[in-house]
Amino acid sequence: MTSSSLSSSFTVTVNGEPQLLDLDNRTTLLDALREHLDLTGAKKGCDHGQCGACTVLLDGRRVNSCLVLAVATQGHSITTIEGLGTAERLHPIQQAFIDHDGLQCGYCTPGQICSAVGALDEADRGWPSAATADVGAEKITLDDSEIRERMSGNLCRCGAYVNILAAINAVSP
Amino acid sequence: MTSTPTKVPAAPSDTASLRGRIGDSPLRPDGTLKVQGEFAFGSDLWADEMIWGVTLRSPHVHARIVSIDVGPALATSGVYAVLTAEDVPGGNVGLEHADQPVLATGVVRYHGEPVALVAADHPEIARQAAKKIRVVYEELPAVTDGRRALEPDAPQVHGSGNLLRHLKIRRGDPDPVAPLVVSLDFEVGMQDQAFLGPESGLAVPDDAGGIDLYVATQWLHADQRQICQALGLPPEKVRLTLAGVGGAFGGREDLSIHVHACLLALRTGKPIKMVYNREESFFGHVHRHPASLRYEFGAGHDGLLHYAKAELLFDGGAYASSTAAVVGNGGTLGLGPYNIPNVQVDSYGVYTNNPPCGAMRGFGCVQAAFAHEALMDELADRLAMSRVAIRQLNGMREGDRNITGQLIDSAAPVAELLQLVQDMPLPAERLSEDEFDLLSLPGGVSNTTHGEGVVRGIGYAVTYKNVGFSEGFDDYSTARVRLEITADEPTVTVHTAAAEVGQGLITVEQQICRTELGVQRVVVHPRDTQVGSAGSTSASRQTYVTGGAVKAACEAVRAKVLERASTMLDIEPSELVLDGARIVSITGAVVASLQDVLGTDAVDETVKWSHRPTYPVDPETGQGDAHVQYAFSAHRAVVDVDTELGLVKVVALDTAQDVGKAINPDAVVGQIQGGSAQGMGLALMEEIIVTGGRVLNPSFTDYLIPTILDMPPMRIKVLEYADPHAPYGVRGVGEPPTISSGPAVAAAIRQATGKALRRVPIRPEHITEG
Ligand code: FES
Ligand code: FES
Repeated sequence: MTSSSLSSSFTVTVNGEPQLLDLDNRTTLLDALREHLDLTGAKKGCDHGQCGACTVLLDGRRVNSCLVLAVATQGHSITTIEGLGTAERLHPIQQAFIDHDGLQCGYCTPGQICSAVGALDEADRGWPSAATADVGAEKITLDDSEIRERMSGNLCRCGAYVNILAAINAVSP
Repeated sequence: MTSTPTKVPAAPSDTASLRGRIGDSPLRPDGTLKVQGEFAFGSDLWADEMIWGVTLRSPHVHARIVSIDVGPALATSGVYAVLTAEDVPGGNVGLEHADQPVLATGVVRYHGEPVALVAADHPEIARQAAKKIRVVYEELPAVTDGRRALEPDAPQVHGSGNLLRHLKIRRGDPDPVAPLVVSLDFEVGMQDQAFLGPESGLAVPDDAGGIDLYVATQWLHADQRQICQALGLPPEKVRLTLAGVGGAFGGREDLSIHVHACLLALRTGKPIKMVYNREESFFGHVHRHPASLRYEFGAGHDGLLHYAKAELLFDGGAYASSTAAVVGNGGTLGLGPYNIPNVQVDSYGVYTNNPPCGAMRGFGCVQAAFAHEALMDELADRLAMSRVAIRQLNGMREGDRNITGQLIDSAAPVAELLQLVQDMPLPAERLSEDEFDLLSLPGGVSNTTHGEGVVRGIGYAVTYKNVGFSEGFDDYSTARVRLEITADEPTVTVHTAAAEVGQGLITVEQQICRTELGVQRVVVHPRDTQVGSAGSTSASRQTYVTGGAVKAACEAVRAKVLERASTMLDIEPSELVLDGARIVSITGAVVASLQDVLGTDAVDETVKWSHRPTYPVDPETGQGDAHVQYAFSAHRAVVDVDTELGLVKVVALDTAQDVGKAINPDAVVGQIQGGSAQGMGLALMEEIIVTGGRVLNPSFTDYLIPTILDMPPMRIKVLEYADPHAPYGVRGVGEPPTISSGPAVAAAIRQATGKALRRVPIRPEHITEG
């Protein structure tokens, strides 16, 4: 990393590709993606960690990218909505959102999908949530209340929640 | 055309295999892009050489602008322009009344009013520069209470009286009496649309003094009209294209960044992007009117309503926006879907120095429904009648006249809708305190109760809402439909200016084209002002009105095709049928292919379509055929309330609604779910707190909207009683759920707690106090 007092240049892997960035230290990961890497899939709904529209995966774990400084992701790996699937081969969660109409305006959708992918992975690793009955289980199966609890950080003002739940249920093992 | 037609063998209808017609639920054409993050919302737009615009807003509620010094801001490195009211070439803007300056002129009338604009090469530089603009204000006395605004000595917001509209409705006996009288006062707080994608757009100047604006909005042509007014430009120089819209709900019917971005673009000669952050979004659009309601119902011992008196006061804030129409809706529809022979309603809209209020889903009916439904419960309780039965007894039926004397000339299934929700299975009883399930209790995993102090309640509400624009408004839509053969396949292109905001209108347009023209491949043209106005995406009107226009345009295309076939084949057009890619005679024989008839030509028809007219109401009596169509819905809410902490969990929110004809059944259900969530939000948590004119909670930390945890399971029953006056029998869908859900939740909390609860949102302290 070369640094001045105000900016840093560093490498981060985004959707499998190493990216060299030279950014003002105050740049959030969300702005780095949207304004510097032309990846506008992650949305800015609040910029304050309140809505979840900016959710991306950082080393596979979901984060609000508006709350992460880009420079802190040096050496890490980011997956955004653009990196989850291709038009020909959508990620199963993307396909489920289409099939179950888990969206209306679609503004929350990239965040919902990244969040759902992260939630499924957390459950698979046995990470409990506040809704988990057996916190010692190796793997956790996501029932409705688990999905609601784990997805409660992603607002949908269009109120597509019923279908979002159905979409995640369809993919959850 | 004289070519000999190819003989195509007779076969079953060419359209039998069509997928995605009316009544199907085809996938939305923009769905794949949306799940991939590739769909371009207004905030995602980019242009070469683009720079950023920001707004400086008033910190005061009411103040005279003594001076503005833009010097230090303009001198900031990276800044291209700083503009104030002096730089606006044209006049004021406004949806119904042009009373709002583009930038405050001499005076600011609300907290957050735009005062100046900055363009810079980075949004943060623009924001820093905006802070350097030195505005000297002299504060003026403000009026921030709707009732106070009408007192003769109240401060004047515009100097022309603070009364924006007073609608009177007088019907029947002017001095009615009844054996049983119930009355109440009700207050409704200020709700925000809180669409998830903040205001955004991109203005690109051309080299001839014109501009292209890409913007997330609800009504391109109303925007265009106002932008032209403000810029002093003709319409051909102001071209709009719809950018992806991240939700709307009424909050994008008025202008936001539109004129500001255009002004900066014309000044700098560069593309200007403007995107509000969440805080600015709370200041950057109108809200739902807070309302103060006084109601009195008189009834017989049999429960039949004899009379109703109501006074509704809507606080319009500093500028008119659509307040006059909201007052109209509140007044004409504000007693609910009931037969009431004697009526006195006074509906007022006033100017104050509060934030401007205007359109939000449910438009004037939402506020009123809390009052009339609370009063119906009160009446039922006083008579020891069932709350459902009293509504059914008084409910409108087809053939009745409403309080403005208008004949209800299509289905009005009030009693049936209530019966349907009452008969739905109730959620399981709450578990006992020893086997409690935290997740199902109010407070959830915060572990605030194990069931002690928790009581359950059930509430009902029913509503009716006008569809489309009312009171004589020239309400129409325009559709252009083109049929041609491309790559050997018949292809339809449908072009309207109707804003797709997530409700699925573009899917509906495709379904109508497939149904009318029997063509599988329907391409949706981007929405822009190159075609005539479609009117607003509001008032639950687009499937009806733009749907009607698309249907009419398809019919015109079909007629043209058959005319051409007729000339070619020398058969009367009335004896020919367009059947997908073939022309068939009325005997069923295939007489030509579409390819033969069209060749390389396209048939391209544009139709402007209106629903049947509405009329202004009489200024003294409020009588008249104000509305074109009514839509009905009922909700039943089941809640658990922790009476010690005032926490509420909505356990079930069930609903029945008549949609006339479900063009896209899945999308209908989606609208009902989303609309119900917003109504529930107003009942429980959503309020912009305004104190002395100042907004105190412009963030998603302090302005709460329902999450997936708050949203209960919903049972939904959709009725389809076709309206014979509407295309395909459709009835507007989007708004009724937002109206009847909230009052049902409030009623359930009242039933659980025994408290009067005459204000929404109902906060924990309202439940626990006294
Ligand atoms: S934009 Fe990051 S949480 Fe809202
Ligand atoms: S689909 Fe519009 S916010 Fe979720």
